[in-house]
Amino acid sequence: MEIPYISKSRPDTGLYNAKLGIWLFLASEVMLFGALFSTYVLLRVGAAQGTWPHHLLNIWLGATNTIVLIISSVTVVLSWAALKMNKWGTYKFTQAITILCSLIFLGIKSYEYRDKFSHYYIKLKDGKEMTGHIEGSPLLWNKAKLESLKITEFKFHPEAAHSEAAAKVAEGAKAPEAPAHAEQAAHAEHAAEVIKVEDIQQLHCFGPWHNTYLAIYFTLTGLHALHVIGGALVIFMIWGPLAGMWKTDPERYTNRVEVSGLFWHFVDLVWIFLFPVLYLL
Amino acid sequence: MSLKAFHIVFIVSSILLTLGFGGWCLSNFMEPGGSKRDLAAAVVSLVAAIGLFIYGRYFLKKLKNITYL
Repeated sequence: MEIPYISKSRPDTGLYNAKLGIWLFLASEVMLFGALFSTYVLLRVGAAQGTWPHHLLNIWLGATNTIVLIISSVTVVLSWAALKMNKWGTYKFTQAITILCSLIFLGIKSYEYRDKFSHYYIKLKDGKEMTGHIEGSPLLWNKAKLESLKITEFKFHPEAAHSEAAAKVAEGAKAPEAPAHAEQAAHAEHAAEVIKVEDIQQLHCFGPWHNTYLAIYFTLTGLHALHVIGGALVIFMIWGPLAGMWKTDPERYTNRVEVSGLFWHFVDLVWIFLFPVLYLL
Repeated sequence: MSLKAFHIVFIVSSILLTLGFGGWCLSNFMEPGGSKRDLAAAVVSLVAAIGLFIYGRYFLKKLKNITYL
């Protein structure tokens, strides 16, 4: 039995099966991301003035990733247009750039994640609080891990801005409103201090458990990154291993490129909203 | 909605983002302590918005025979 409308459009809807399917799927994705965006907005609006720590992120890395995704959307649509015009070579080249862009995006995102997992908050037993980096930039340390590794002391590079803000908060004052260039200031570090493990009351990195902002940041960007990985894999499969279909059924192959392009555009559009919401506002 | 129509939505959103980001950078530059990097980013964003607008027009012209559905 032959399945109808896998290449040709249904006369009533004007869509072929896969295009109808991807739009139904994208509608469910809108609900998923919409719920998370709403959560973020409610948390952001509910936070007391000057306490929302969005300055923890590197805006320039976020902006670079935005440019990379915009370029990838342009190349994905140009590759589909190339197939419509029977230009196989142009399709292969432009879609290769799309795959490359997805890898660059994931590389930059991984770097951002790594920076958060090697960025620490320490509270000492005397009440002193600090944020900064442990010498050697180890990842995901906490007090239990230090004890299991039998580390008794380590060198810590505290950050100027965060130490002062933490001290003010500890004194009961409101944390200062983060200026736009706070991210630079936050990374200006004091000289290294030797911290004894026995003096530590609390130690953890800036993972999702650090505060509400980072929890929603990792949830949103992690889910988005999973979509980027999925989309890039599908685009790669169509571009490489499944490219033989172009010779046997070019119309269906072009449709597959269009459907993967629709998903890719959705993923990029989510980022277009994520970037200002997480990094700027 | 075809990829062509979705791409136009995406490009319009990108233009709005670049204009917004440019404005955000410009407001940072005008604040006390604003750096030249903020001004440079504002200019680059504005140029990117113009570039995307030109690209959008080129894209519409190039794909005028392809349906929006």
